Order: sequence, then structure tokens, then C-alpha cells
Amino acid sequence: MNPRRQKRLMVVSAIVIVIAAAVGLMLYALNQNIDLFYTPSEVIQGKEGNIPEVGQRLRIGGMVVEGTVKRDQETLAVSFDLVDTGPIVTVSYQGILPDLFREGQGIVATGILTSPNHIDAHEVLAKHDEEYMPPELAEKMKGIKHVKPSESSDYESGAY
Amino acid sequence: MYFDGFQSFLDMGGYGLYVWLSFGVSFLSLAWLWLDSFFSKKALFKNVHAEQARLARIKVASENSENNGVQV
Amino acid sequence: MWKWLHPYAKTERTYQLCQLLLPWFSVFGLFIIILATVWGLAFAPTDYQQSDAYRIIYVHVPTAVLSKSLYIAMAVAAFVGLVWQVKTSFMAMMAFAPVGATVTFVSLVTGAAWGKPMWGTWWEWDARLTSQLILLFLFLGVISLYKAFDDKQQAGKAAGVMAVVGIINLPIIHYSVEWWNTLHQGATIMKLDKPSMPPEMLWPLLLSILGWILVCGAISMLRLQNEILQRDLKRPWVVKLALNEHVWGDKK
Repeated sequence: MNPRRQKRLMVVSAIVIVIAAAVGLMLYALNQNIDLFYTPSEVIQGKEGNIPEVGQRLRIGGMVVEGTVKRDQETLAVSFDLVDTGPIVTVSYQGILPDLFREGQGIVATGILTSPNHIDAHEVLAKHDEEYMPPELAEKMKGIKHVKPSESSDYESGAY
Repeated sequence: MYFDGFQSFLDMGGYGLYVWLSFGVSFLSLAWLWLDSFFSKKALFKNVHAEQARLARIKVASENSENNGVQV
Repeated sequence: MWKWLHPYAKTERTYQLCQLLLPWFSVFGLFIIILATVWGLAFAPTDYQQSDAYRIIYVHVPTAVLSKSLYIAMAVAAFVGLVWQVKTSFMAMMAFAPVGATVTFVSLVTGAAWGKPMWGTWWEWDARLTSQLILLFLFLGVISLYKAFDDKQQAGKAAGVMAVVGIINLPIIHYSVEWWNTLHQGATIMKLDKPSMPPEMLWPLLLSILGWILVCGAISMLRLQNEILQRDLKRPWVVKLALNEHVWGDKK
């Protein structure tokens, strides 16, 4: 084999090996733990036999239970319950909530587990589903009447 | 039109900043890419013209030097 | 495969084909993209949850769809170049790459601008967002690897290998929202079920995707022509072509 061709072969195979290794490692890492959050059931019952410890920093994702949102009248402090299929985990948070935060909405909160079923969150993000529809249709089909967040007066009225 | 007026169209239900930012970035990027591709083509043709003009000058110069015996 | 491809291995033939298709793609693409954007922005109804912020979908989804399609196109071109040694296919690969990188970048920016008001964050390292970012790096990697070599045949091979290997990222992007729990929601239209959208919102979105496909097709063809011209700059057919073309700033 002439030296030029040999060099070319070396370069190409080096690239293939490096990329294959990178992709392999990435997939391995992804499979280990790419889930963005624990669900409330996983916080309580454990995920693959791993129950999160009190004091651990973690992220939880679930639905806000209707009627559980409690707001402090003076400050931005708020607390609410999260549920997926079974157990309930309570989240407390201080700060501005995203516009999509509503009762019945899926949310993701990051914080410290202060007791087995309570999280002190420093960040709350809202999830939404892949369904889009005009408000009139939503009201007719689901009986949901959403209010524009800027028009709702029940929280953070001073912030807008 | 879905909106009541131009002002509410610009406002986008309070999300104007994000909506217009998105559309602005999208179409500016697309226009930039398109113009870049277009002018690259023009530039390539211009190169050919310049090269041909250079070749023509060389040809003329060499003919002159042959005919007159003048060194250039 | 070879029989069908053979005539287009000739660069001049490919150039002429692009020249023929370019005006159609450009004119229809531009028209449809403007129509769909105006429709989506001003005439489509608002969303019950997200209000008018959802209108970002009319640029976010087309660019996200295109980013994956252009990657497939680039990888197929690279594969043909590697296996059949067709020179024009590496040029096609390099024509698709910058277009793909641009739409991937746009999909990330529009996604961030949508995530901030709705989710509450510009960026989150969830599986969908991260794999889309990797897609951008793959496009940029292919471009810079190609530019790193002086010998363009060698450059095409090296970049081609990267493009082909990187295709593994595409199923990851698509299924990330199903395989793992993510902040990003599931697919609205790119799924086997019927779309989770009423027709008056769906039509402008489908039109918008079509418009972006045509415009990106036009830009890719234009860039393929540039790659061909660059390579054949001294060939008689290019010289003849160029001399028939009016060039700005030319003293004649």
C-alpha cells in the first residue's frame, strides 16, 4: 500500500473509531439516566429499586392536583401537590410561576427533597401537551375555560 | 383576520416579543443563506470573466511582441 | 442505481437539471412560505392553552422537520459518494450541509423563544433538546471536516463517513420524547395517529412545511451549482456558460 493511501485509511478509520466511541458512550449515558425527572410515584416508591434520599437534589414531574394550590397573600410563596398515578408529593416554591402554570397542568420542579414526600423547589417549569385547539373548541369539547395568564387576578396580581 | 386590530396583532396576546423574535430570526437566517448562495454564484462567474480577460490580455501581448519584435 | 445515477455523475448534466428546477422551486416556495406565514400569524385561531405564543409553531415545526430531512439527504449523498465514488454526490453533501445547519439553528432558537414564555426556561438539557443540539454539531462537524482537507476527494470521504455515522442521531431525536420523560411534548403531526390539531390550524402548518421544503430545496440546488462551478471553473462548459452570463461591474 502506498504511504498516501495508508495515511488516508488511517485518518478515516481514526474518525470512524472516535465517532463510534462517542456515539456509543452517549447512548450508554443516555440509557443510564436521561430521564429529565422523577414522577411522584418514583419519588415515593423508588425508581428501579432506588428510593431518593432526603436532602437529595432532584427533579420531579407530575400533574398539579386541583384545589391544592395555596398562595401566600404577602409573598410569592406557593405550595401545591403533584400526582401521576398514585402517591402525592407536595412542592413548595417561592418565585414567579410560568404562564402555563395552572391546576391540572403538568409541571417539572427542581429542588431538594426535605422529607420523603415534600420538595423545596427553586425552579418550576410548565409542560404542555401536543394538542392545539382554538379556545371555543376546547370549551365545547373539554369544558376547559382557560384565562389568559395576564388576565387572571388570583395570583401575582401585582407582577403584571 | 383573527385579531381586532394591528396593535393587537403586534402584541400577540402579550407574547409579541417571543413570536416576532422567532419569525425574525427564521426569515433573516433564511434570507441570509439564500443571498449568500446567490452572490457566491455571481462571484464565481465573475472569476471566470476575470480569468478570461487575463488570458485575452496575455494573448494580445504575446501577439504584439511577436509582430513587432518588442520585448514586453 | 448506477444506471439511473450515471448521467448525473457528469457535473454539467446535474448543473443543467438544477438550472431547470431552480425557478420553480424558488417562486413557488417563496409564494407558499409567505402565504402560510401570513395565514398562521394573522388568520389561524389562537390556542386555548398557549394563546398566541403557539404561533411560533409555524416556523419551529417546519425548520425542525427540515433539519432532519436535510440530514437524511446529506447522509444519503455521502453514502452514494463513499460507495459508488460519484464525485457529484460529495458536492451534493456539501450543498445540503450549510442549509441543514441553518434550519437546525433556527429550530433551536425558535424553540428557545417558545420555551421561555411557555415552559419558563430558554433551555433545558432534556433528551429532545440535547439531541437536536447534537444534530447542529453534526452538521457543523461535517462542514469543518470537509474544509480541513486540501484534497477535496479525501475531504469528501472523511466528511462523508461522519455524515453517515451521525444518522444514528435521527431516531434518537424522533423517539426521545417517547423513550424518556422530557420537558418537550410529543409529536403533533409527525406520527401515525391523526394530527392533534384542528384543520384551521393544521393547514397553514402543512403549507408552511411545504414552503420551507421548496425554499430549502432551491437553496440546496443553488449551492450544489456553486460547488460544481467551483470544481469545474476552468472547464470549457463553465467558461462558455459564464461568458453568456452578465456579471455586475464587468467592463464590456
